[in-house]
Amino acid sequence: MSDGRISRWRVTVTVIVALIFTVIPLPAALQAARPDLLLLLVIYWALSAPRIAGLTFAWICGLAIDLLTGVLLGQHALAFLCVAFLTHKSQLRMRLFPIWHQTLTVFALLVLYQFVVFWIDGVIGDPVTTWRRWIPIFTGALLWPVVVTVLDKAHENAGRRRRSAQK
Amino acid sequence: MVTLTSDSRPIIGRGPPLGAGFFFLGVLAVTVMFLDHRGGYLETARLWMSAAAHPLYIAVQAPSDAWSLLIDSFSDRERLRKENARLSEQLRQARVKLLQFESLHEENRRLRGMREASAGIAARTLIAEIINVDVDPFRHRVRINKGADDGVFKGQPILDAFGIVGQVVRVEKYTSVIILITDAAHAIPVQVNRNGIRSIAVGAGELGRLSLPFMTVESDVKVGDLLVSSGLDGVFPTGYPVAAVTKVERDPAETFALVEAKPLAQLDRDREVLLLWVDKPAAAPAAGPVQSSIEP
Repeated sequence: MSDGRISRWRVTVTVIVALIFTVIPLPAALQAARPDLLLLLVIYWALSAPRIAGLTFAWICGLAIDLLTGVLLGQHALAFLCVAFLTHKSQLRMRLFPIWHQTLTVFALLVLYQFVVFWIDGVIGDPVTTWRRWIPIFTGALLWPVVVTVLDKAHENAGRRRRSAQK
Repeated sequence: MVTLTSDSRPIIGRGPPLGAGFFFLGVLAVTVMFLDHRGGYLETARLWMSAAAHPLYIAVQAPSDAWSLLIDSFSDRERLRKENARLSEQLRQARVKLLQFESLHEENRRLRGMREASAGIAARTLIAEIINVDVDPFRHRVRINKGADDGVFKGQPILDAFGIVGQVVRVEKYTSVIILITDAAHAIPVQVNRNGIRSIAVGAGELGRLSLPFMTVESDVKVGDLLVSSGLDGVFPTGYPVAAVTKVERDPAETFALVEAKPLAQLDRDREVLLLWVDKPAAAPAAGPVQSSIEP
């Protein structure tokens, strides 16, 4: 669990925070722009802790979103799975990208995610066609550098604390 | 840049190949979707899984609950007294209206009995509170704090003090999701209270507007007409107010008039709604005793 690795515990805490963020009431004007924080976390953990955050982890996170938002079960699970698969595929490359390049890649992944959700909505005959449904892609991409900075910092701090405790 | 940790994949012992996992989970997701959409086979599973999610709602609710508790306990005497006076006045007015209700109700039942028709009559109501969580910004759905444990069922009508609010679409253990009549995917059969013309009110996807796409140009409908539920869908009980007509545009070249209405229920301001259990019209057995009782 320790020795510089990212613990399951830390991943779980961030996931719970993201789940709360998914349903926390926002002002009506901002509701449509709510970024998919949980998806960003899934991408982040798939890059930095791929053995903990595998495809099953992404799938379960997606299912949690389905449950919380009361939509068709499995819809977001599939969308999360697609994103996690591509992230794992290009994991070794993506980790070395400079941050702006990484952000662009995440943007592409978010487009894919929203498209899968949109497509399944259409298949079951209940599509949301307003253009505002695409806003979370942009807010999500903007949030990516923030997520990376915060979680990297937290990781560094935890490592430093552990090292000083060992001394 | 994301930090490289010592947790990168080992070369040996990677576990199942990525593609296989993707394929398996993908098939699983599609199966789950299919079962959920087609047969509703997963209602029980959803019930229990959502019970696990309940603490999350409580966590999200807690700040606003604490705030309103604080406000309530510090609200001043003067305000409470005013509110009290206002409420007693309302109660008095309602009482006066109620005086006649009993006899009208009885009369209505007798008449219906004679016609051997028996409309559903509301048997039981339960107050539910709207939980302050966001469900979906693009759909008019809200979550209420009553679920399967309180006997809520799918398709149950929801009212507030002014009219019909919507119906239950998903039942979970402690909460349920309701769809408002203004959701673009919702339609409710209505009739004009003045003359009984039947139509269907479809949600326009924005709060405060319903559209009636199936009113012919020559149908007798005016701005200000009250629309009540016709009960033809077997979901909503008959005769509850739904909306007031706000706009009628007739173009003789068209088959249908452009009719819009404003829901009477306060969809954007409601904190509490009413769940309704309706006695299903039990035709013959219910009508029998009523008929015999009016003979003497």
